[in-house]
Amino acid sequence: MTLPADYSQYPHRREGYDHDLYVWSNMHERAPVSWPKGSVAVWLTVSLEWFPIQPGGPFKAPGHMVTPYPDYRHYTSRDYGNRVGAWRFLDAFEKAGVKASFATNAAIAERYPELVEAVQAGGHEIIAHSTDMNGTIDATLGEDAERALIGDAMTRLKKASGARPAGWLSIARQQSFHTLDILRDEGLTYCCDWVNDELPYRFKTERFGGLINLPLNHELSDRQIITVQQQSADSWAQSMRDAFDWLAAEAAREGGGRMLPIHLTPYIMGLPYRIGALECLLADLAGRDEAWFATGSDIVRIWEAQQ
Amino acid sequence: MREGEADPGLYDYLPYRGRKRFKWPGGKSVAVWVAPNLEYYEIDPPPHPKRKPWPHPAPSVVGYSHRDHSNRVSHWRMAEVMTRHGFPGSVSLSVALCQHHPGVVADANARGWEFFSHGIYNTRYSYDMSEAQERAIIEDSIRTVEDATGQRIRGWLAPALTHTPRTLDLIAEYGLDYTCDLYHDDQVQEVKVANGQLASIPYSLEVNDHYGFFVYNMSGREYAETLVRQFERLADEGAREDGPGGTVMCIPLHAYLIGQPHRIGPFEEALDHIAKDGRAWIAKAGEIVDAWRAGA
Repeated sequence: MTLPADYSQYPHRREGYDHDLYVWSNMHERAPVSWPKGSVAVWLTVSLEWFPIQPGGPFKAPGHMVTPYPDYRHYTSRDYGNRVGAWRFLDAFEKAGVKASFATNAAIAERYPELVEAVQAGGHEIIAHSTDMNGTIDATLGEDAERALIGDAMTRLKKASGARPAGWLSIARQQSFHTLDILRDEGLTYCCDWVNDELPYRFKTERFGGLINLPLNHELSDRQIITVQQQSADSWAQSMRDAFDWLAAEAAREGGGRMLPIHLTPYIMGLPYRIGALECLLADLAGRDEAWFATGSDIVRIWEAQQ
Repeated sequence: MREGEADPGLYDYLPYRGRKRFKWPGGKSVAVWVAPNLEYYEIDPPPHPKRKPWPHPAPSVVGYSHRDHSNRVSHWRMAEVMTRHGFPGSVSLSVALCQHHPGVVADANARGWEFFSHGIYNTRYSYDMSEAQERAIIEDSIRTVEDATGQRIRGWLAPALTHTPRTLDLIAEYGLDYTCDLYHDDQVQEVKVANGQLASIPYSLEVNDHYGFFVYNMSGREYAETLVRQFERLADEGAREDGPGGTVMCIPLHAYLIGQPHRIGPFEEALDHIAKDGRAWIAKAGEIVDAWRAGA
């Protein structure tokens, strides 16, 4: 068997990327950004997820049902996060005196209004996070269906929460080549999906009208470190401290602000035997002069004003 | 290789016990080389019948953008740490990076690093290539790296570790001196090729950062400890009077993994440990192969 001749052709081999979504830039050569206080913006993002017991969508979201129907085990242990874990997070954030972003399925706002009210009353930000955990996006969905899905998520989230989010997080950060156009048309300010940078940047303005990427590092998430890599909560917290220390030192050396995104999942880090590791970490970081705890919108606003 | 046979016939069996001893320059017991993979992965590569490039249909956002982190942020973070502790890189290069992000390649070249080819893109797989197609990627590699850096490549790490039965013979025919694709030893070894000669330099795949973080699921600190243990053992064995002589430790890296903010600090401590130990000959791949040929 041989490969077709065009397997050895490279039509996009040129300076810059092999796509037209954003331009190349290296972080250390950009004009430095400065935060209102400190040098490391600590951005806590909590995912509020409701998993229908019957999986659907173009692909199965991480954390979705595993066993044949009815999968009580995973349905209920995911929902534990919404009933218990997320409330532990809210208490922990209040105790540390910090604000966070909550990436929220529209179905969460509709089904659990007490939770979303408490998030808002705590001064936290709501980020749009699709309809529910069947609301995954990829290229097989088709542009019309994707436009309807994102529109539905935005409309329902606004109706149930009273606020129209400025930010969007796709499930598993997965998009299609239409997603950025749709997010622009929905009037969103930023999305969190592209993990290629450690500061905000704009997608190509001529195509996407100023839409910003605020990278939510997946490597630093509790899902990646605890669920995928099977590390302990203490090991996760150690990694967050190591990251903070490195970024603070790098900011001091190079003179520009840095960002530490900490992505949390209530059914993962909100368990009784893990929550203490988060509380200790928050207390440590809140006591550091270099730390500025901020929501996604705070970071985007400050960054945008300096561009 | 002997195509179609159970033993591909890549090398002769040579027991670790009873080998003729030799020492690295300066009497060092272990040669340590660092191999950063400077790569470009295409967002929507052509399909290959034997391997899927991404877990999702294009754009596979996390897969693509994670790797792009190297070329925007973490290459320089990793490279600075290496430079600070006196470790040059021997670069496993997706040669199309010379076109896409010449600034990354120029930075590595300015640091005095060596380049070898890792194919055109890490999303083009060599399985099933015709001989003409495979010659084309070797010739393209030689030409592209020479144009971008002035260096003549001396080694090969197959793109995404994908091979054909003729790869090793072909790279030897084109005058390349070493392959990083064989993992049978902790010392440089001769490879059997149709014509000319080819050395296998240990690339220590088991301590590749990708293996550390995504096969063995280590934390940054566990990976750093792994590197220190690997070094200590190879330095001990390389120094033993009844041992095999000079061993080789490679540290194969990807900036988008090792250059993440939670991993780079512990990694720097591991490099500091190795640099200060005194038993390491910190060198580039070509220098290691040359010293082995001169002393073997």
